[in-house]
Amino acid sequence: MSINFNQAFGIHEQALDVQSKRSATLANNIANADTPGYKARDIDFRQALQNAMHGATSPGLTRTDERHFSGNSRYLSTEQQYRVPMQPDTGDGNTVDANVEQAAFAQNAIQYQTSLTFLNGKIRTLLTAIRGE
Amino acid sequence: MDLNNVMDIAGSAMSAQSVRLNTTASNLANADSISSSINQTYKARHPVFSAIQQALNADGVAGVQVKGIVESSAPVRPLYQPDHPLANADGYIFQPNVNLVEEMADMISASRAYQTNVQVANTAKQMLARTLQLGQ
Repeated sequence: MSINFNQAFGIHEQALDVQSKRSATLANNIANADTPGYKARDIDFRQALQNAMHGATSPGLTRTDERHFSGNSRYLSTEQQYRVPMQPDTGDGNTVDANVEQAAFAQNAIQYQTSLTFLNGKIRTLLTAIRGE
Repeated sequence: MDLNNVMDIAGSAMSAQSVRLNTTASNLANADSISSSINQTYKARHPVFSAIQQALNADGVAGVQVKGIVESSAPVRPLYQPDHPLANADGYIFQPNVNLVEEMADMISASRAYQTNVQVANTAKQMLARTLQLGQ
């Protein structure tokens, strides 16, 4: 059995990427909690992870000719979607619920740390295999 | 790396909220600075926040900025005090249009928002530090 370094890290490498991107989106929501007219956004994690796993080209676009450019963006801004507000509009058009965003940010940070822990475990396994201990 | 982006975003929000705290402090400090004419009277100031929009191919997220500081158009409060040394010919002095209750609420809101963004930056810092320790 040979060790494949590309597959050794599994899903966690892509998960880290998506989670760090999501943390930026959620931080932006929190930062704009007092900005009039700002609409809260989030990333569909499942969709983003699937795109990252399969190196998806731009969604909804297929290449019909070999000479077409492959839109090889892993994370397109279209993955960002607007959040459906739970509270009625307070009058300034802002849909950020600071508590919801804070909870989501904390949850995302923990998921990020979890992915890191898994990656660390994989690396340790590989190191053990290399050393032959 | 998106986590560096988080620090920038939280930093921009902290900066914006501190501008808001500054204007609130200025309003509260000047709540009693009276004058003898409407034009010279201190007007309450408030920052205008605006989301920073990035180019389309980027993530479209970049934090918040202070677009400018506007003066409140609420009427200044005239007060009939003919024996006051600053009173005008009709016996009036003018008090600023600072609403103390609103300013206090604004101050608490700004300081809470500031704290939240400090926490966001702190969390991002921990995530970055642990990423750097990967495999060690």
